Amino acid sequence: MKKEVRFKIVDLLLLAMIILPFVAGIAVSVLTSPVSEGISITGAQVYFTIPMPLMDLPITESQLVSVLVMIAITGLCLYLTHGIAVVPHSKRQLAAEWIVEKVQGLVDENMGPRFAGYAPFIASIMALSAFSSLACLVGLYSPTSDMNIVAGWAILVFILITYYKLKGGLLNYLKGYLEPVPLFLPCNIIGEFATPVSMSFRHYGNVLSGAVISTLVAYALQNLSALILGWLPGFLGEIPFLQVGLPAVLSLYFDIFSGLMQAFIFAMLTMLNISLNFPEEAYERRQAKRRNKALHAA
Amino acid sequence: MLELAIGIMLAGCALGAGIAVVTGIGPGIGEGQAVSKACEAIGRQPESKGAVTSTMIMGCAIAETTGIYGLVIGILLIFVAPSTFVNLLLKAVGK
Repeated sequence: MKKEVRFKIVDLLLLAMIILPFVAGIAVSVLTSPVSEGISITGAQVYFTIPMPLMDLPITESQLVSVLVMIAITGLCLYLTHGIAVVPHSKRQLAAEWIVEKVQGLVDENMGPRFAGYAPFIASIMALSAFSSLACLVGLYSPTSDMNIVAGWAILVFILITYYKLKGGLLNYLKGYLEPVPLFLPCNIIGEFATPVSMSFRHYGNVLSGAVISTLVAYALQNLSALILGWLPGFLGEIPFLQVGLPAVLSLYFDIFSGLMQAFIFAMLTMLNISLNFPEEAYERRQAKRRNKALHAA
Repeated sequence: MLELAIGIMLAGCALGAGIAVVTGIGPGIGEGQAVSKACEAIGRQPESKGAVTSTMIMGCAIAETTGIYGLVIGILLIFVAPSTFVNLLLKAVGK
């Protein structure tokens, strides 16, 4: 009996860990957002800046929301795996197993067995991206519509790609820049840096454009309904009746579908870029050489 | 004189935004072609509908990228660039 009570209490705490970050984010954004008439399309709010030697470090709304999203995802994972057993007896364990199986299948299919250990990384990138894009559904500033956040993820992926390219040896990596002919060196260097730029621009552009278009449409509908009903006296003239249906449909497409799609595409491109750029042959050759050397030494 | 300079600047930003959004032509044609081919494939092999649809959506989202680039440039030119440029101009003039 006592054990069950403790289980329930921990459950409630974990649920609070999922929900409270969003409540805190909403409270902070309500308290700090400037009051504005009509529409305002601005970047993330800067709360304060920390002086740093090279450049001041601004702490912005998008950083705050992305940290809150991370806390909520951690809470969700802990909640789903709480009270896990060898023989599943709860629905949440089935859900957790379903997620893990799906991601492992995806990684196996796209990256091959060599990179099977990448499933947690891919799953966390996907979850972070999806939840960040969906954060705008509860009224928060979605961090993925800030270039800096997405560029950070893309740089992380770029470092991973380069690390795996270097596994085939430094010479092999440098030789890759001179292919097919040495004349292509500038193009190859640009192409190398185009990967993180295009990955981050794709994600950020999709989310930002959705937000901007929804705002513009909502503003236009507000003006239109004011134009039609404006001659009525009192509050009757201020009812934005045209704003009822269309913004919801737009949000369904731009926020939910586009956000989840971009999360999937970001994860997919991460997988493909890492596994396709991995120099399989050179790596095998190097390993064989190393093994031979060890044999000779012994 | 300063008003004229600022006016030319704003006009340039607006024109640039309009031209940048023309990139939408490319993804439009490309995605239309992708969807038409997907429809043909589903018509030929209705049982492969799931795989074809998911691959098509993935490809469409990637083909959309260039259009999104244009859109981002347009948004920046309308909402960010004018104030930046006007500030630069005022600084250069010394006001």
